[in-house]
Amino acid sequence: MNYSNLIKIAWKAIMLNKTRAMLTMLGIIIGVASVIAMLAIGEGSKESIKKNISSMGANMITVRPGAGMMGGVRQGMTDMQSLKMKDYQAIKQQAVLLKDISPLVNGSGQAIAGANNWPTSIYGAATAYLDIREWGVEDGSMFTEDDINAYAKVAVIGKTVQENLFPNEKEVIGKMIRFKNIPFKVIGVLKEKGENTFGQDQDDIIIAPYTAVQKRILAQDYLQSIVASAISEDQAGAAVVEVTSILEKSHQLREDQDNDFNVSSQQELIKTFSATSEMLTVLLVAIAGISLIVGGIGIMNIMYVSVKERTREIGLRMAIGAKGKHILLQFLIESILISLTGGVLGVVFGLSITFVIAQIAGWPVSITINSIVISFVVCTVTGVFFGWYPARKAAQSDPITALRYE
Amino acid sequence: MVQPTIRIEQLTRSFKMGDEIVKALKGIDLRIEQGEFVTIMGTSGSGKSTLLNILGCLDQPSSGDYFLDGVSVKDLDKNELATIRNTKIGFIFQSYNLLARTSAIENVELPLLYNPAISAEERRQRAVDALKKVGLETRMGHMPSQLSGGQQQRVAIARSLVNQPVILLADEATGNLDTRTSYEVMNLFQELNEHGITIGFVTHEEDIARFSKRTVVLRDGNIIKDNIVSDRLWAKAELNKLPGPID
Repeated sequence: MNYSNLIKIAWKAIMLNKTRAMLTMLGIIIGVASVIAMLAIGEGSKESIKKNISSMGANMITVRPGAGMMGGVRQGMTDMQSLKMKDYQAIKQQAVLLKDISPLVNGSGQAIAGANNWPTSIYGAATAYLDIREWGVEDGSMFTEDDINAYAKVAVIGKTVQENLFPNEKEVIGKMIRFKNIPFKVIGVLKEKGENTFGQDQDDIIIAPYTAVQKRILAQDYLQSIVASAISEDQAGAAVVEVTSILEKSHQLREDQDNDFNVSSQQELIKTFSATSEMLTVLLVAIAGISLIVGGIGIMNIMYVSVKERTREIGLRMAIGAKGKHILLQFLIESILISLTGGVLGVVFGLSITFVIAQIAGWPVSITINSIVISFVVCTVTGVFFGWYPARKAAQSDPITALRYE
Repeated sequence: MVQPTIRIEQLTRSFKMGDEIVKALKGIDLRIEQGEFVTIMGTSGSGKSTLLNILGCLDQPSSGDYFLDGVSVKDLDKNELATIRNTKIGFIFQSYNLLARTSAIENVELPLLYNPAISAEERRQRAVDALKKVGLETRMGHMPSQLSGGQQQRVAIARSLVNQPVILLADEATGNLDTRTSYEVMNLFQELNEHGITIGFVTHEEDIARFSKRTVVLRDGNIIKDNIVSDRLWAKAELNKLPGPID
């Protein structure tokens, strides 16, 4: 006997009890649909976090002062002055896993141009900063190495700053702005970047040579942070380790001393922020999974009834030559067909729900092939697992007794 | 020399009922030759059902030998028995045992579904032929619920013929039918027998037994009588003697 015959027999049995089969399937349909929808929502939120953080520069590594104590008092990150130019120099010279590196100093204040003013932040950086942030200028150009050496008062400004300081002017290159009474010449306008994960407007920024910002505006000798980019996303983790060890040496920390700085990659940031959403996804999928199990038990229940109901049929089939395995397969295929059909309908239903959620609630969703494949595998396993016992019971019936069954 | 279809030697069958051992068959010898039409009779508890189950390869003897068409059955395992039933035996039951909501032709095809050597086309062809033999070629698509008792039993007979068995084994095949229909069915059996089909027929009705060629009577697990039917009746002739059907 070939399998197509068995499948035909099983399908027929299902079609003879359409309502019952549909109700049994419903459990599986709901289970699969909710797994798919939950996974899509979970994946969607994870991806949107990742995309947001990556928009700050996917390979970016940030060194911040911190995690240190000063006379037993834990200091806020911004109060720490442990990062110096020499750290920047040391990393720049020794690190091999970094592509670009830039020191970063920043301050905030009112920027003024003509009759307009706007509260914003000024960032002092090296020329490589734009590459690290995977950013570019839309108009004009970035300042150069010469500008840095000359402590030049030139700046590139973000879109938000441009719109607020020069609301009616198309051409802003060459215009002057003042920040804390220091005049800067605008030499470039940055491309629009939008908000980051934390809802911060990334275009609300003025970037100038770090030398000029450090000396002329902030009058400080330390750095707020050092940013760098790893040579690739995969190497980001290794680069963090490398930079850490360089700084440990440069800061001459004893082994039992805590680091007075903190090196992190975007990957870690992504991990941290994804963790919550991941946990929530696992929770939701687990709940959805339970409904799949309940659906499976429904299948088992129905298969039991079906086997009992068809005892004489089983006896007859055996009398005319069906072997135990034929009976086993017939019922097993029946339960697999129910759960797989339920699975297909569940996937369709789940995708529809996902689509509706995305449309109505506007949540980010992401349907992965994985979640569909997993659903199918789970369905088949459910069919086999919950169909096995009733099917085996059927296969083990004694044809003589089965034929006499009333 | 032609093999006997069935050869049974010193066959016993006992069942364990709690602590007691019940001997249902106590050493039976029986030969059924090709082309015979044998009725097995006996009261309930005589062992005729047990014998039929063993003849039909649904059960195994406790001791003794059973050769079906030259094959020793007693050493076969469950799966081999299933194959033997599938290829050498045609069963007919008192309650027809047709699959509900399954057309006549599909019911007849059923045994061949379990025979991988037979293609779908041959299966269909053989089922059509079998239904023609029982005179139901116009009812092939009908469901059992659309057929009368006699017609259902004829579908069951077609099903038993479809695998071209060496013997038809009927268990009280007329038990659920009225006299006229019983005779019609017996007429069919006689016709099939005339075409060379071997038939083993279990019944407790004496008048039905007279349609066969030979009667074997069982009592308490032994064969107490094994006669050639001297006053054989022909179902066709008996049908004509019955008062006509009331319309």
